[in-house]
Amino acid sequence: MAYPTEYRYTKDHEWIHLQGNRARIGITDHAQAKLGDIVFVELPAVGTSVQKGDNVATVESVKAVGDVFAPAAGTVVGINGELESAPETINSAPHEGGWILELEISDPADLEDSLDAVGYESFADGE
Amino acid sequence: MSTIFDYRCSEKVGGLFPELDVPARGVEHLIDSQHLRTQPLRLPELSEPQVARHYTGLSKLNFGVDDGFYPLGSCTMKYNPKLNEAMASLSGFANLHPRSDVTRSQGALQLLFELTEFLRGIAGMADVSLQPVAGAHGELTGMFLFKKYFESRGEPNRKRILLSDTAHGTNPASAALAGFSVTEVASDEFGMIDLKALDEALDETVAGVMLTVPNTLGIFETNILEVTDKVHVAGGLCYFDGANLNSYMGKTRPGDMGADVFHYNLHKTMSTPHGGGGPGSGPIAVSGTLIDYLPLPRVCQKNGQYELDWDLPNSIGSIHSFYGNFLVAVKAFAYILQLGDEGLRAVSENAVLNANYLQERLKKTYLLPYDGLCKHEFVLSGQGIADGITTLDIAKRLIDYGVHPPTIYFPLTVREALMIEPTETESKETLDRFAEILEAVAVEAREDPQLLHDAPLNAPVRRLDQTQAAKNPVLTYPFDEKPA
Repeated sequence: MAYPTEYRYTKDHEWIHLQGNRARIGITDHAQAKLGDIVFVELPAVGTSVQKGDNVATVESVKAVGDVFAPAAGTVVGINGELESAPETINSAPHEGGWILELEISDPADLEDSLDAVGYESFADGE
Repeated sequence: MSTIFDYRCSEKVGGLFPELDVPARGVEHLIDSQHLRTQPLRLPELSEPQVARHYTGLSKLNFGVDDGFYPLGSCTMKYNPKLNEAMASLSGFANLHPRSDVTRSQGALQLLFELTEFLRGIAGMADVSLQPVAGAHGELTGMFLFKKYFESRGEPNRKRILLSDTAHGTNPASAALAGFSVTEVASDEFGMIDLKALDEALDETVAGVMLTVPNTLGIFETNILEVTDKVHVAGGLCYFDGANLNSYMGKTRPGDMGADVFHYNLHKTMSTPHGGGGPGSGPIAVSGTLIDYLPLPRVCQKNGQYELDWDLPNSIGSIHSFYGNFLVAVKAFAYILQLGDEGLRAVSENAVLNANYLQERLKKTYLLPYDGLCKHEFVLSGQGIADGITTLDIAKRLIDYGVHPPTIYFPLTVREALMIEPTETESKETLDRFAEILEAVAVEAREDPQLLHDAPLNAPVRRLDQTQAAKNPVLTYPFDEKPA
């Protein structure tokens, strides 16, 4: 699966789609493939404020439980409620319908250590 | 597969009650009508042979350590000697009421007192409580001790627990349940605690570190003294998860490595049953600084008599009813007495020898991501065995060969992990046979991959849908879909 070039990526295998100061966040195709069938997603409450690196959501598969970390400080302004009944959307469409949450980012400089699609793909391949 | 409720309309009676020797009174005179049900209970109505055959049939579908090899890494499914059971069945132990007066339970109290002494010596710690009833319960108790310690020192800001990315999943859960937040510290390229990452994480908000020695990769933390020293210098405490004690009994002791709290899994190291055959027992040992906070009651000796001491004002309180799982303590005590110092040392030596023997042979066929001398267990990877074959396929195929699969997909630092712990109780013949099976499965994976995808073929049930089981578990009997 191709990694959208307009997204940014983290070494925690998350993608970030930034529009203005609003960042939509999900886990990458690489991450969902490694986790296997996803059976449960725990979402934060809208309005939660987070620091960069905080655990904002949890993705549970048949093999393991993975944490989703806030790639930047900010406030949770949206969550993908459909994942509660259909967590498998993360497996089938990790970069689109399987988005997890939206953050309003306080400081875009937090994302400076993120990777572009090419950089992430070689990072993921090297793991 | 039938459940006992599937027979429920047969209207048999399984036993005869003796005649009443008091006047009969209707239940409506004894219990307020608002609490009485109006529909009859939907209980199975079966004869004794029907019940016996049903459960005997189910028991034949089970697989336990008495059936065959069970190399479940991290869980230590070693053989449970039958003598332990005989000792725990002695009438004086088995029929002792927990509320018996101490004057009538001196033998039981003596056993608890002496087991405490044995365990204290094995761990090299200041004191022991036998009350926790599982490893994770010991962890939770340890976290309560940490909390109490920092409260009484006036350091309420120490709210963080550090742990390694190879830690047992119960470690972060126990810390969180006790009110701590958890910070994961990545391990280094050798699978050990990264001292630099530890330095960066240690500060005045850290209550302590949870360590597993040897770690879940089966690797002994060679820097352990430096690790515990750093934590102590930073004002924190060290918790040692003792799940892997079976690899170093009589060789080294957590007390000598800097542990402040240590838990034993009697249901693993000391050969008492677990995994459905339990219950468990997870005593904890503490360093001198934490003795005053140990759970209530404590078994003590006063004027030549054993007593239960409830008068410990700084204790965290009781964490289980009575004094933990007493009969499990009896089995562990019997095991320690049977083996003695030399025997326990030999247990660890053979556990390590068996694991290294298998590791050396299997690394020729399977990827061994952390190569080196292991302790009682090691972690292979199913990666690269054949295209499209996962560790789950390999594990399911092992069932067809009459072997319980090892732990899979743990620890998380190894992709497609196969975590193997042969234990000291297995013979070389069993280890060779297991290696042959894993080698045969690797050949099958290349030559007939569909066989592995379809496995198990010979088990009572075929491949179960674990995704559906996790997402839509059926936890109740569907009475309404199956009218009587």
